Amino acid sequence: MEHGQYSDAYIRDILANVKTVAVVGASPKTIRPSYFLVKYLLSKGYDVVPVNPGHAGKEICGAMTYASLADIDRPIDMVDVFRGSAAVPGVVEECLKLDPLPKVIWTQLTVYNEEAAKLAESHGIKVVMDRCPKIEYGRLCGEIGWVGVASNVITSKKPKLQDGYQRFGLNSQ
Amino acid sequence: MSQKKPGFSTVAIHAGTAPDAATGARAMPIYQTTSFVFDDVDQAASLFGLQAFGNIYTRITNPTTAALEERIATLEGGTAGLAVASGHAAQLGVFHTLMQPGDEFIAANKLYGGSINQFNHAFKSFGWNVVWADAENPASFEAAITEKTKAIFIESLANPGGIVMDIEAIAAIAQKANIPLIVDNTMASPYLCRPIEHGANIVVQSLTKFIGGHGNSMGGVIVDGGNFDWIGSGKYPLLSEPRPEYDGLVIHETFGNFGFAIACRVLGLRDLGAALSPFNAFQILTGCETLPLRMPRHCENALQVAAYLEAHDKVAWVRYAGLESSDNHAMAARYLPKGAGAVFTFGLKGGYDAGVGLVSNVELFSHLANIGDTKSLIIHPASTTHKQLTEEQRATAGAGGDVIRLSIGIEDVEDIIADLEQALTRS
Repeated sequence: MEHGQYSDAYIRDILANVKTVAVVGASPKTIRPSYFLVKYLLSKGYDVVPVNPGHAGKEICGAMTYASLADIDRPIDMVDVFRGSAAVPGVVEECLKLDPLPKVIWTQLTVYNEEAAKLAESHGIKVVMDRCPKIEYGRLCGEIGWVGVASNVITSKKPKLQDGYQRFGLNSQ
Repeated sequence: MSQKKPGFSTVAIHAGTAPDAATGARAMPIYQTTSFVFDDVDQAASLFGLQAFGNIYTRITNPTTAALEERIATLEGGTAGLAVASGHAAQLGVFHTLMQPGDEFIAANKLYGGSINQFNHAFKSFGWNVVWADAENPASFEAAITEKTKAIFIESLANPGGIVMDIEAIAAIAQKANIPLIVDNTMASPYLCRPIEHGANIVVQSLTKFIGGHGNSMGGVIVDGGNFDWIGSGKYPLLSEPRPEYDGLVIHETFGNFGFAIACRVLGLRDLGAALSPFNAFQILTGCETLPLRMPRHCENALQVAAYLEAHDKVAWVRYAGLESSDNHAMAARYLPKGAGAVFTFGLKGGYDAGVGLVSNVELFSHLANIGDTKSLIIHPASTTHKQLTEEQRATAGAGGDVIRLSIGIEDVEDIIADLEQALTRS
């Protein structure tokens, strides 16, 4: 598929259907964007698996960290890549050795590798690049508007309230 | 909605205002509260640490205000907005985020008189030094750039001189110098001009004017164009350096292409405090829905009134970019193809005294210091908005003693012209 532009429906379908998300390059430092992401996805009910060889065997936000994708003890629906663009081909190779294969490979803002994406797609894996799942989730559920960000979503449907005072979930549309 | 990009009117009515999540209220509720309950201490910590989206305290975020921010950001084609107490507060927020004491910025010499005051006085006391450039000569902006220059500031349509700025030429100069271009888009509104599409990096506006339309609520907004590389430029430590306010978080790295708006909120508004009232946000949001209906009428009426005045024997000149006689007509066709706005100036042959007479004799026009109302407004800048400037500064700003500024409303144009006719006859 063409990368750079994704329909809201494509992103929503991915975020509404994946349950277990491995975050390659997750940091235990509480001010790092990857830490924000792990914490946010956990709060939305995802089973988040941090992957970071330097932190393996320890927890990030209560989630156990693994040294590599191969070490993870359960099937992974989505692999989110918090590494530079040059590291993406290696991550895709690791993904292709998993059984079952992940359904989605997602790379963070500024992380982009067209050839690696093509390779993953040739194995039936959906790819999203140069996006942040936290921003996309916040945009599609409406939460991101609370900080004045243009969601570019226009809808006459009520946001889906989750448990708690200020938590939205994804509507299925 | 389908993936096709919605049109301007649809955005003006819908952006930022899905039905209320708690009640289904279709109008945006007024969340008239100072503070918001936390689920638990962990969620509170996430909110204070900027790890989660959500509301803590209305000085920083509020759902009603946020709806307005999202709507204006979308109308301007930006990534995010920050609404504040006034247009002046918006400018303070922008420069606080960009400037350190001793830094310079370049501003067009044709600006709203209030901005000239703010830059010459209040900003100088912070050590932010304005350098003035010739609004009609883009090369003068380039010539004024030094090592200390952190930004260029212009109005898309200058108040009150009626100058249409060459946004693209000045954006190119800013880009070459690796500094952001800030455009005050108050006079045009995003209906007539979207400066980000012409290369601007930051847009500010007084929401008090055309966006609200009714003249009942103060407000201002900062819109992040999402198109400036703050980390790459390395000149803006609030955006590119670890921030002690947030344990060493780097704003641009964390918030990407809406980092500037976040910085203005969590480093600026949080500490400077010029928050917008949620009630004002609601009023402005409601007014905004009719912006695409009001602006064409404003422009049509203004053009007819300008043409009437141009033919009047007591009038020396009319400066309205919508008139073919205007030096700015070609520039208006390029940047304001849907109309040259509602505000313009004209000169009375009778000078200062005739100006004072005219504002005293009008009966439909309101003599006051605002623009962009549905009502027609008149002011004699030399005796009011520009009174605190020197005579030379007034002349440079297009506000000499003979100058009258009109903001043409959306009443019946025959009535607007009849009021001017009777007042000119008596002046």
